[in-house]
Amino acid sequence: MDIKSKVIDAEGFSRIISRISHEILEKRGTKDLVLMGMRTRGEFLAQRIQRKIKEIENIEVPLSVLDVTLYRDDFRTRMKQPEVSVSNITTDITEKNIILIDDVLYTGRTVRSALNAIMDFGRPSTIQLVVLVDRGHKELPVKADYVGKNIPTSTNEEIKVKMTEVDGEDAIYLVELK
Amino acid sequence: MPLSSRHLLGLNGVPKEDIQLILDTTKTFREVLERPIKKVPTLQGKTIVNLFFENSTRTRISFELAEKRLSADAINFSASASSVSKGETFKDTIKNIEAMKVDMVVARHAAAGTPLFLTKICDANIINAGDGTHEHPTQGLLDMYSIKEKLGRLEGLKVCIVGDIAHSRVALSNIYGLQTMGAKVSVCGPSTMIPRNLKELGVDVIHNIDEAIQENDVLNVLRIQLERKAREYFPSIREYAKYFGITEERLEKNGKDIVIMHPGPINRGVELSSGVADGLQQIILKQVTNGVAVRMAVLYLLGTMN
Repeated sequence: MDIKSKVIDAEGFSRIISRISHEILEKRGTKDLVLMGMRTRGEFLAQRIQRKIKEIENIEVPLSVLDVTLYRDDFRTRMKQPEVSVSNITTDITEKNIILIDDVLYTGRTVRSALNAIMDFGRPSTIQLVVLVDRGHKELPVKADYVGKNIPTSTNEEIKVKMTEVDGEDAIYLVELK
Repeated sequence: MPLSSRHLLGLNGVPKEDIQLILDTTKTFREVLERPIKKVPTLQGKTIVNLFFENSTRTRISFELAEKRLSADAINFSASASSVSKGETFKDTIKNIEAMKVDMVVARHAAAGTPLFLTKICDANIINAGDGTHEHPTQGLLDMYSIKEKLGRLEGLKVCIVGDIAHSRVALSNIYGLQTMGAKVSVCGPSTMIPRNLKELGVDVIHNIDEAIQENDVLNVLRIQLERKAREYFPSIREYAKYFGITEERLEKNGKDIVIMHPGPINRGVELSSGVADGLQQIILKQVTNGVAVRMAVLYLLGTMN
């Protein structure tokens, strides 16, 4: 795996979080808002957005964490067995406005699993999608409502999102798969 | 990291990492069981046969629920209502069921070693749901998960299994599993019900129940299997209850905050008094709930293996 370029640095990262938080507030407000981060990095992105909203509006919006492993459609084709983890849905999501948060939008299959998973917890009024990076190559009709950055890629490239909480830095890299 | 074997025949020889993986995965399914919709699509399209050659309510329902909550297609087979009663051999019955394209088989049989035999005659993943007096691995796993949930760890704990050890598959699976996870296992019961070679497994034998209560963190109290002629091993049920029955007075006398477990079904007034069976120290119904989650974890880990 070769790093081709650093697309976003720490400063750019923080600006994206700030802009998306403002956009969420502008479009949805904080009423009935529930942030839902998808493990692993989506969870930390959700925490950042939660903090930013607190800074701007002084309101702490509820945050939940979703693990979609059990809803994936690629069990038969993957070589490696995915590790499952626990979802932590802290509030009743029925009649709420869910903001689903993930790091990279690629085929759209993870988002599909997430939608199924959310419906098993309740019936929200709306679900909107936040992604840090939309890298193209969608296989399903899924569109993000808030996008950090559009980065067109080829299939032998990959987007690596790094976050301080797990990787020690905030950055987005474009890497080439060998 | 997947499990190291594609079958679960017993806990003897199962590496610590595998047991740890199953217990960790169980936590995920415990969470699923708390949801409004207790069902996930993980094993969609997989067919699982519950092959029960021996009566069982709890284990069969537990497996069936686990299978349905993973969206697998579950089929129940009970020997009494099958061609086995028409004279078909065991092997032919299995071959016929396999020919209907099943992915996994959950088997219970009165003969020890049946699940092992199944692995040799068919391709499906085999899960032992109790074979004779040999092993009952998912019971051992759910007992371990329940202890860990209650006390936070297994390593260094002292667990005593009380009752008919010689005829118990639950005892053997508990011994193997708990020892692998670093717990100290002892047994307590009438001498006639304690196998002679237990010392070789590193299991201490205690004959006095008060001593067992004082020295342990957990008592896993087994059922006296009255239907299996358990009565031949001690003079009377009343005497058994007097010397080995766990009562509130006995727990109070020893002043011990001990965890009481029982794999069910309970003979109230024999191995456990009603007060203890419904008391604050028991986790018996938690074991039942955890049983479904443990079985979901095992089915998931074996069913998604390639």
